[in-house]
Amino acid sequence: MKHLLSTKDLSLHNAIRILDTAEEMSAVGDREVKKLPALRGRTVVNLFFEDSTRTRISFEAAAKRLSADVINFAAKGSSVSKGESLKDTAQTLSAMGADAVVIRHWASGAPHRLAATDWIDAGVINAGDGTHEHPTQALLDAFTMRRHWAKLSGTPSEGADLKGMRVAIAGDVLHSRVARSNVWLLRTLGAEVTLVAPPTLLPIGVEKWPCAVSYDLDETLARGVDAVMMLRVQGERMNASFFPSTREYSRRWGFDDNRLRALDSLGMKDTIIMHPGPMNRGLEISAAAADSPRSTVLAQVRNGVSVRMAALYLLLSGDTRETAATPVLATAGTAHSTKESI
Amino acid sequence: MAGNTGTYLIQGASILGGEPADLLIRDGIIAEIGTGLSPEGQDGDVTVIDAAGLVALPGMVDVHTHLREPGREDAETVETGTRAAALGGYTAVHAMANSTPVADTAGVVEQVYTLGRAAGWVDVRPVGAVTVGLAGEQLAELGAMADSRARVRMFSDDGICVHDPVLMRRALEYVKAFDGVVAQHAQEPRLTAGAQMNEGEVSAVLGLTGWPAVAEESIIARDVLLAQHVGSRLHVCHVSTAGSVEIIRWAKERGINVTAEVTPHHLLLTDDLVRSYDPVFKVNPPLRTDADVQALRAGLADGTIDVVGTDHAPHPSEHKECEWAQAAMGMTGLETALSVVQHTMIETGLMTWADFARVTSAAAAQIGRLEDQGRPLEAGEPANILLVDPAARWTVDPFRMATMGRNSPFKGRELPGKVVATFFKGHPTVLDGELNTPYPHAAVEAGAA
Repeated sequence: MKHLLSTKDLSLHNAIRILDTAEEMSAVGDREVKKLPALRGRTVVNLFFEDSTRTRISFEAAAKRLSADVINFAAKGSSVSKGESLKDTAQTLSAMGADAVVIRHWASGAPHRLAATDWIDAGVINAGDGTHEHPTQALLDAFTMRRHWAKLSGTPSEGADLKGMRVAIAGDVLHSRVARSNVWLLRTLGAEVTLVAPPTLLPIGVEKWPCAVSYDLDETLARGVDAVMMLRVQGERMNASFFPSTREYSRRWGFDDNRLRALDSLGMKDTIIMHPGPMNRGLEISAAAADSPRSTVLAQVRNGVSVRMAALYLLLSGDTRETAATPVLATAGTAHSTKESI
Repeated sequence: MAGNTGTYLIQGASILGGEPADLLIRDGIIAEIGTGLSPEGQDGDVTVIDAAGLVALPGMVDVHTHLREPGREDAETVETGTRAAALGGYTAVHAMANSTPVADTAGVVEQVYTLGRAAGWVDVRPVGAVTVGLAGEQLAELGAMADSRARVRMFSDDGICVHDPVLMRRALEYVKAFDGVVAQHAQEPRLTAGAQMNEGEVSAVLGLTGWPAVAEESIIARDVLLAQHVGSRLHVCHVSTAGSVEIIRWAKERGINVTAEVTPHHLLLTDDLVRSYDPVFKVNPPLRTDADVQALRAGLADGTIDVVGTDHAPHPSEHKECEWAQAAMGMTGLETALSVVQHTMIETGLMTWADFARVTSAAAAQIGRLEDQGRPLEAGEPANILLVDPAARWTVDPFRMATMGRNSPFKGRELPGKVVATFFKGHPTVLDGELNTPYPHAAVEAGAA
């Protein structure tokens, strides 16, 4: 893997490889010294053209646990806000010796531009681009689901996919990079995805996506789901006629207390509730749902660091072969003695 | 004497793709056309051009060119843009009004007209803005532009739709006074706020804001009805959807005085190319689907669409070497139009070279009311002639073009057809596929005086 730009072009093999590597990385987080020397001397730049403290610190923690040097480059307050182009910024980072660029951008496709041009030679990780994709979010969601799914079947997560798992993704699909990345990845992993949204918040062309589409959250829940992922409703949608009012949205498409109770009454005791954060409590998700034992919101955040460690490791470890997972476990087990082997 | 532009004998050219014939060009007109014409016995020097295997066509007329001057001379100038036009086989171009300042006064259109004459590569016919500053609020002085030396007949706010229905109605009515035409950029603005590409299967995946076909079609439907109501002449710029073709076909069946244009890029490229996020494929209206491409080809072949217009839109590289959303819309087209039309329309069997002459020359000149352009290749007609080698193949290299714009979406493609010579008013602006010299307006007029 040279870049991680989208989940649409991520093979099943590579998806499983990232998830398995993340499992190994996760073990590092449980240790007293939460650090591996794997990327010592490598430079990771977090290039953020859009504010996202959560994603930025998650990548920062991931890179630091792998001993990489981290440079945070926020476009606001930098030369970018004075009109410097993406090309010049990329060439500047290249001249400074960046090995990997983690890019968050408000424009769909900006990471693809970095990867496709000769502006910079570094590996590129898409940390969310416009309304296109957010592949590490989908990978951490899949990681969370896979652990849950494996636990239910009493089998290990490693090497497993999500065959047979029923996932509902509800909310503003039209503007959601999280929904897009999840649809492609979950399909690759064998899950059955249903998108639930008001018709105004589904893209024209969604009928060609490898998933089911519903306008009715209750009906979708009643048919049975193993995971429900609620998407954040952005403030700027609220006055653009996508829906009449936040209250109507919440009644029809929010995961409220009634729907939380419905999971119990429908006998779905193992169904989890997911949210990529940050949440609008009381709008797309009720406080009781967010705080219930079904909620995986904090596990998702925790898993995010492991998944991003895995992505950085696989991009920067120089392993571009399409082979089975590299022996990171050995590295994790003997963190201070395996530097030479990396 | 109409002046001295030399004497040329073109031997053995296939006239409109038909039988070979010889054309004798003298003093800016086709003096004689026939077989076995000889340079012997002609007055003065005769340059003989062996045109065996070449197709002779009337010089092409572009109804839709952005020359960028005045204002954006870093993107293109009248000089560079018209060099590109001559190399592409054109003898006339309509220069769109969205310059800086906007071509919304007699002064600006005369400036562009004068620059075009000074350059001497093609006839430059300025298009006047419909509204002051392209702002869509108040009619520009259309009559003054019509009466100016530039003799403007086509008016357009191209780049921006005249979306106010009352203003559009008034413009259509007003231009009747001087046989003008309103060329509409059909784009409902509210339906296309922030639009980045065709709305459909690809935009859904790419997460780019959609430009729905209905935003074009609804304006065209409204405008043909307005044109019918006020009995005026409407031209629809760069038609891009199958639905638009249907509406225009319907309007023509009802006898509405509407003409339409399609760009070469909409005849070949689809929105699948946007998957690269390479802004060289960003254009307005956007690249559509294959079904739209096929409908546009069928519409051009059956006459529903009257002309090919390039929408030649050069941009400096920094406006394309950036994120998709930041990039400027537009593509160059003057130097690839002939090849793309040959590839998409002639080599597919949809059209003949005679049809090509209609859609790239005769019909375009008729829309712009250019008396000396788009004429048949007959004795006594102005010698605006193009010689094409239809068997040639070439690979598009934007860095070898005359236009300053490097934003060709056909970069790296192999295309058929090469312009071997272009005669503008009897003078070869292009010879052996290379730029020759511009038409010497001043010298010719001094000679005529």
